[in-house]
Amino acid sequence: MVASLIAGIARLITGAVAVWIVPPRGERVRVYFANHSSHADFATIWAALPPDLRASTRPVAAADYWSGSALRRYLMASVFHGVLIDRAGGGEAATAQMADALRGGDSLIMFPEGTRGDGRVVAPFRSGLYHLAVAVPEAELIPVCLVNLNRVLPKGESIPVPVIARLTFGSPIALEPGEPKSALLERARAAVLELDVRPSPTEPSSDH
Amino acid sequence: MGNLSDPVLQQLLGGIFGALALGTIVGQILKRRARTPASRETVANMNQRIMSWWVMCVVFGVAVLTGGIASIVLFALLSFFALREFITLVDTGGGDHRALLIAFFIALPAQYVLVAVGWYGLFSILIPVYAFLLIPGVLAIIGDTRDFLRRTATIQWGLAVCVYSISHAPALLLLDVPADYRGREALLLFWLVLVVQLSDVLQYVFGKLFGRRKIAPRVSPNKTWEGFVGGVTCATLIGAGLYWATPFGPLEAAGMALLVALSGFLGGLVMAAIKRDRGVKDYGAVIPGHGGVLDRIDSLTFAAPVFFHVTRFFY
Repeated sequence: MVASLIAGIARLITGAVAVWIVPPRGERVRVYFANHSSHADFATIWAALPPDLRASTRPVAAADYWSGSALRRYLMASVFHGVLIDRAGGGEAATAQMADALRGGDSLIMFPEGTRGDGRVVAPFRSGLYHLAVAVPEAELIPVCLVNLNRVLPKGESIPVPVIARLTFGSPIALEPGEPKSALLERARAAVLELDVRPSPTEPSSDH
Repeated sequence: MGNLSDPVLQQLLGGIFGALALGTIVGQILKRRARTPASRETVANMNQRIMSWWVMCVVFGVAVLTGGIASIVLFALLSFFALREFITLVDTGGGDHRALLIAFFIALPAQYVLVAVGWYGLFSILIPVYAFLLIPGVLAIIGDTRDFLRRTATIQWGLAVCVYSISHAPALLLLDVPADYRGREALLLFWLVLVVQLSDVLQYVFGKLFGRRKIAPRVSPNKTWEGFVGGVTCATLIGAGLYWATPFGPLEAAGMALLVALSGFLGGLVMAAIKRDRGVKDYGAVIPGHGGVLDRIDSLTFAAPVFFHVTRFFY
């Protein structure tokens, strides 16, 4: 009830249009990984999922931020069922937590940049995604590209502007046998960037 | 305000829905007969336009029938969606956030509240004076000086076109019309929207049928001199033929319709130039599945303020 209300509000504000290149329903658990530029990012992805899948799709979030206030604690614990990562706890503990969630049958939403960017540049991915791919090879890694979220709700702002956002769910990528960490992370980042089809102002289209 | 017992309104509505029904039937026949992929695409495009016309006419008809407030709310929503498409299309950044909040959540509602309460003085200067000064002021306080003038002008332009200009259409309800026309101001709004939209459609149809010489191929390959002349002439004649729904005489109505069609044409051309600059085909295509409100009302953005002020000056 609260969940669908929040999902509805998130869709209303961002006017988010979801494009699915991969079908929304897969046979295996999924790790949705996306570029990160706004506090609204995770709610936007989550709201774009079919309602029944939302219950089994959990965001990976920083424990220190989401334990900050009673409202955040309530939302994370009771609505989003977030996997809360203790940033001081080290990479192995974090990977174990995420792997447990996947093995328990839940999908994850994560932002491998680790921090919010300015919406133009996507920072290099941190290694969590790679370690997770090694630990749970059966999970599908789905790239998600978020466009305009930094314009809806940029860093440091609390009231969203109704710019139309777009999110694209791409085809899954998988860890190749023997693939080095840096190669997978760069490939994952490229898979997100590839989905960004913003028109280029320098090349006007000729047809109407 | 308009009500269904007004015979003039009945005739107008009957005519419009009759024309739409005819168009729908013709569209379905053409759909059966189209053989080549190109002609199928043209017919599909036409049928899509007819469908959106049904939606627009029903929504607009209901709004006009239920009186002034519903029309004002309808145009406020149109402004909101248009501004949203405009701002999405242009490139605003984090430094513009506060100014955009003012545009969407203060300037836009305030402008339509002024229409609703009939405060003409402030209605006509709120955006050209106060928002014009406040937007760069806020941007300067935020302190991001990169591209300052371009960013200021972009937001001001969005407000001027999507909010200020469009608000002149429902503002027709405020005009001090001759005594024998009083209570029927809604018809004037109806007439304006009808002439503008017909001019658009007829230019498209004449262009498809006879179009050869392009007016501004780099801006809009679809706009031809043949379409322009045919569409504007027909819209002028239809506007003149509907003079009985306006406070104008037949000749005056023709002049007004010509003015509306010409300014509507300029509006469509200018909005097309912005789209070309941003590298998109139409505002709706910025994001698949989103309406493209600005594509439908681009002509109205220029026609509404011109028609409003000329009518106000002469009547």
